[in-house]
Amino acid sequence: MSDGITNILVAGIGGQGVMTATEILAQAAIAKGYDVKKTEVAGMAQRGGVVNSHLRFGRRVLSPVIPAGAAHVLLAFEAAEGLRWSKEVRPGGLVLINTSRLPPPVVSMGLYPYPQDPVAEMRAAGLRVQPFDASGIARELGEIKLINTIMLGAIADHLPFPAEDLKAQILSRFRARKPELAELNEKAFEAGRQGAKAAA
Amino acid sequence: MSAALKAPALTRHLLSGNEAIARAAWEAGIRVATSYPGTPATEILEAVSIFPGIHTEFSVNEKVAMEVAIGASMSGARALCSMKHVGMNVASDAFMTLSLTGAKGGLVIVVADDVGLSSSQNEQDSRYWGRFGHMPILEPADSDEAYRMTVAAFDLSERFATPVILRTTTRVCHVKGMVTVGERQEPAEGGFAPDPMRWVMVPSNAQRRLPLQHERDRALRQAAEESPLNLVEDGSDKRVGFVTSGPAYLHLRESFPDAPILKLGFSHPLPVELVRRFAGGVERLVVAEETEPLMETELKAAGLPLVGKEILPRWGELLPDAVRPPVLALLGEAAPPAGDKRPAPSVFPRPPTLCVACPHLGVYFALSRMRHKVLISGDIGCYTLGAGQPWMALDTTICMGASMGIALGMDKARAEADKSKGVIAVIGDSTFLHMGMQGLLNITYNRGNVTVLLLDNRTTGMTGGQNNPGCGRDVHGQTAPEVDFAKLVEALGVKKERIRVVDPYELPTLTRALREEIAINEPSVIITDRPCTLIDEYAKLRPYRVDDDRCTGCGACMNVGCPAISVTNREKVVRNNGAEVELSFVTIDTTICTGCSMCVKTCGADAIVRPGSTAGKEEANP
Repeated sequence: MSDGITNILVAGIGGQGVMTATEILAQAAIAKGYDVKKTEVAGMAQRGGVVNSHLRFGRRVLSPVIPAGAAHVLLAFEAAEGLRWSKEVRPGGLVLINTSRLPPPVVSMGLYPYPQDPVAEMRAAGLRVQPFDASGIARELGEIKLINTIMLGAIADHLPFPAEDLKAQILSRFRARKPELAELNEKAFEAGRQGAKAAA
Repeated sequence: MSAALKAPALTRHLLSGNEAIARAAWEAGIRVATSYPGTPATEILEAVSIFPGIHTEFSVNEKVAMEVAIGASMSGARALCSMKHVGMNVASDAFMTLSLTGAKGGLVIVVADDVGLSSSQNEQDSRYWGRFGHMPILEPADSDEAYRMTVAAFDLSERFATPVILRTTTRVCHVKGMVTVGERQEPAEGGFAPDPMRWVMVPSNAQRRLPLQHERDRALRQAAEESPLNLVEDGSDKRVGFVTSGPAYLHLRESFPDAPILKLGFSHPLPVELVRRFAGGVERLVVAEETEPLMETELKAAGLPLVGKEILPRWGELLPDAVRPPVLALLGEAAPPAGDKRPAPSVFPRPPTLCVACPHLGVYFALSRMRHKVLISGDIGCYTLGAGQPWMALDTTICMGASMGIALGMDKARAEADKSKGVIAVIGDSTFLHMGMQGLLNITYNRGNVTVLLLDNRTTGMTGGQNNPGCGRDVHGQTAPEVDFAKLVEALGVKKERIRVVDPYELPTLTRALREEIAINEPSVIITDRPCTLIDEYAKLRPYRVDDDRCTGCGACMNVGCPAISVTNREKVVRNNGAEVELSFVTIDTTICTGCSMCVKTCGADAIVRPGSTAGKEEANP
């Protein structure tokens, strides 16, 4: 990408696997020989708060923080969280977003409204948005925790290296730790890839 | 924790700053590592704990952690003591005299500042401690530097017989970057050599150490002037040159790729002559530091013309977007046109909240029901979140253990309006053992009328579930002596009949206990005993669901604040008496509900049921 650094912003809610997904993306970039930095603000994220993780890779990465409005891709694990960080995406940039909605207690209590149509709002701001129901896919596959592999599948065709390299990274991770889950995660990865592609 | 921590020498891995420090400390041959959990420093000790041959402990507080590390250093062993910034306030009594004795075995104190306040009660700049305690400070910018500076810090410590402060920030601790790891060294065994003139700090001995401390300052300043950790990076655009330290360097380098930068890794004692030479080669000098103007003030006192906090942010991180515009303005350049005229999208806040079925939910539900009758002093932990929606049941938070002293102060200073109110202190198990015990002793000794809620969830929750003396396991998960809280508080002077152990899921019992103890004019302690839902000890039950036909939309269950309950439909209705009320019909996410049954007890319509069971006839919790 033009300045030689790829900026990927991954956003979601504590417990969704945002940090693990970013870690896997980072390892895939390392395997391609890039310098990599990854940072997140997740002080109390385990408590259901906002999580966003910055991944930057290129020949040499200095600041770990993506400058304002300079993300090439936003990978959003929840609809409103995608909208929240959409201003960090460069004009015309890509948003891959799970359309599933997880309203926090303050919304349930009626203190704040949930945004009516996050996808339309981002499109109106000039972003390329590919919305799909990653949570629905995860439920169909029988395990909501697959959402991070599905989201990785969604971004796989939008990286400066082949989708197969990212897939190999995920599979080798599972083969090493939980081999019985490798096949299911491969399915999830491909389903995410198709889901995002269909939404293009 | 990354598997790469134990990788062979000369291999390159993605490590967080905290992991890099742990690996480097192991390579430096430490024998002892101590800490108390605190964001963003917690993972340093957790990472050290995977290496064999190191005594690794989460101490009961940072002062004790530092004392254990001092003892190890006095005995000639290398030691690492890590903590978050506010931990240094606790440790400072030991620290300030350690300054006089100095170190024998290499002693490195890692202090992690929460610049940007992601998970802390304040944003203090720990570099002051170097000035206050006459100790050198190293400031890494990223994981690779955290690794290299930790190794260098042990050498520096032994060379100058001084402890060394490694000052990190959240943006070093939790950022992952590439690190090439090295070989482990095996430092020679030391052994304790009695030396009362050095180790026994009575006035006559301390007097003799004072001049040595100042000689050390001079020698360290000379070392900083020559240190390879202080780098001059030349640049073609000499209109402005930067003096900077820590991660601010990375943000500046990215923002001004052609500017000369003097990057200070060994930033205290400040190498003033090095800065003076650097200043001679640039038109204007800008000092950029997170967060207080420490180097700036010292350089101004040395007569150097420069700009600093007049134009740069006085708090928070010096991110590219924070440093670029003011420096461009200084140069008389317009900031680049903001290519981005998009309005910021409006999205609800998503504050951190207590977990599904968290035992603290019961406590805060009960407190929120008697809100106007009590003053509630809070403490540091997950339960600080009780200040938020929907409970709003916390009046104060200052620091670790403060709930006790503050409650007593409120009790003793009651105004007429508060005479009839109960004063409650809420504190968790680990925080109580950290600094709450003395406060409770002070309440009993001074005949306070305070009801203490001791929330024993058998872990240090907010920092990710570290073991503590209350749960009977050490940092490695091995069995350890276990504190009996009821006996402990009795020993601290609370009458046996004023100590109760209550299951926080049993809301009516908890509420009754609170009412009774508040009514009695004596110190009392109510211990809640459900484990944190995130630890293995927690036993899940079958989830509940909402019977839609029975739900009246009263919304009472929402007052528990459990994230498993959400509103599906809101309706406004007019009651017979003409009052308009809003109804909230709810659902329970059965994939996350643990069957704790707290919400069941708030439902007057018996609409919360277990799948397959009949409404109103519920199995009891074990």
